[in-house]
Amino acid sequence: MEHYLSLFVASVFVENMALAFFLGMCTFLAVSKKVSSAIGLGIAVIVVLTVTVPVNNLVFTYLLQEGALTWTGISGAENIDLSFLGLLSYIGVIAALVQIMEMFLDKYVPSLYNALGVFLPLITVNCAILGGVLFMVERSYNFGESVVYGFGAGTGWALAIAALAGIREKLKYSDVPGGLQGLGITFITVGLMSLGFMSFSGIQL
Amino acid sequence: MADVNAKGVLTAPIFKNNPIALQILGICSALAVTTSMSVSLVMALAVIFVTAFSNLFVSLIRNHIPSSIRIIVQMTIIASLVIVVDQILKAYAYEMSKQLSVFVGLIITNCIVMGRAEGFAMSNTPGMSFLDGIGNGLGYGFVLMVVGFFRELLGSGSVFGFTVLPTVQDGGWYVGNGLLLLPPSAFFIIGLLIWVLRSLNPEQVEENEFKMKENTQPKEAV
Repeated sequence: MEHYLSLFVASVFVENMALAFFLGMCTFLAVSKKVSSAIGLGIAVIVVLTVTVPVNNLVFTYLLQEGALTWTGISGAENIDLSFLGLLSYIGVIAALVQIMEMFLDKYVPSLYNALGVFLPLITVNCAILGGVLFMVERSYNFGESVVYGFGAGTGWALAIAALAGIREKLKYSDVPGGLQGLGITFITVGLMSLGFMSFSGIQL
Repeated sequence: MADVNAKGVLTAPIFKNNPIALQILGICSALAVTTSMSVSLVMALAVIFVTAFSNLFVSLIRNHIPSSIRIIVQMTIIASLVIVVDQILKAYAYEMSKQLSVFVGLIITNCIVMGRAEGFAMSNTPGMSFLDGIGNGLGYGFVLMVVGFFRELLGSGSVFGFTVLPTVQDGGWYVGNGLLLLPPSAFFIIGLLIWVLRSLNPEQVEENEFKMKENTQPKEAV
């Protein structure tokens, strides 16, 4: 239990997806103009990461890993190593899951579906999702760990984008030099936030 | 992209219409891999390769792709190309592929590749699309190299691993700026780079959403 708790805290703060690994930056910068839409996207990312990371973990352990196909009982299956197909499978699984989730929400939770709106399909190409999956594979988490890691990484990302949106809402009243207007000043702001999050680094839980 | 001439297609993305500085595409990987120049160079080459060939292939079959499943088709092409790059790096430059870790895989979700396939290759001839892919890859590589140059030079006093400013640790005089080896510095450098690019091309400056009235004190506005 303690192990899972420390993994969760580490993935939210110490290894924050957005501010320590710069994943999901495109949407991070594009959708952080308003707090309300930032929170909507943040929730969508949490949900998608919590589902896709464990599912891809199963795909990796039971289909792709070297010797993973042994359970099929076919002779010679234990020598098959499909891990080179990893990238293609992960992105396929992510795209399919996002699509299924969209249809599911549309049918059963229309209020959430309307709130998330266009953000849900956009998430397929969000590097934070694929990044989370790749980190899971690289660090060889087991199933339980991957559930916690997916949820934690999503929460960290949501926290970061909500915070940035809050700052940008205040920032639009400030007098920024011409060339820095918009994108430039946002980069500098994110840099400062990232510096703040650096203070968590090196914390061993 | 009204005028489709080869030179314009190839050079415009480098300065005038830079994918990172102006179109806000593909920033994710631009930041994490720029601690040293050799890593940035490999990353830039990988992206140029993937963008150019994904543009070429998408453009070749653009008249046969049903528009309802075009995203999946593009995704498959891009993912296959990235797998090729990944396998080549693992075979011939294992150390480098360890340093790049997940960021090679993340080229798939790099918006530049997807954006050019969707925005340019779907409606232009294969040759032009190929050049456009190279051009955008170069624009991306340019930003990557500039950021990598400053971070490596000021952070560890070297360029491409060759010592330029001998650091104090090795008995020289230069005290390395540790901040530039840390992630946040990449944000500052790109922010400043955008400032420089936009000062050179004033038409790129974004309009302020809220004009402040003349003679208003800043503190009244908040």
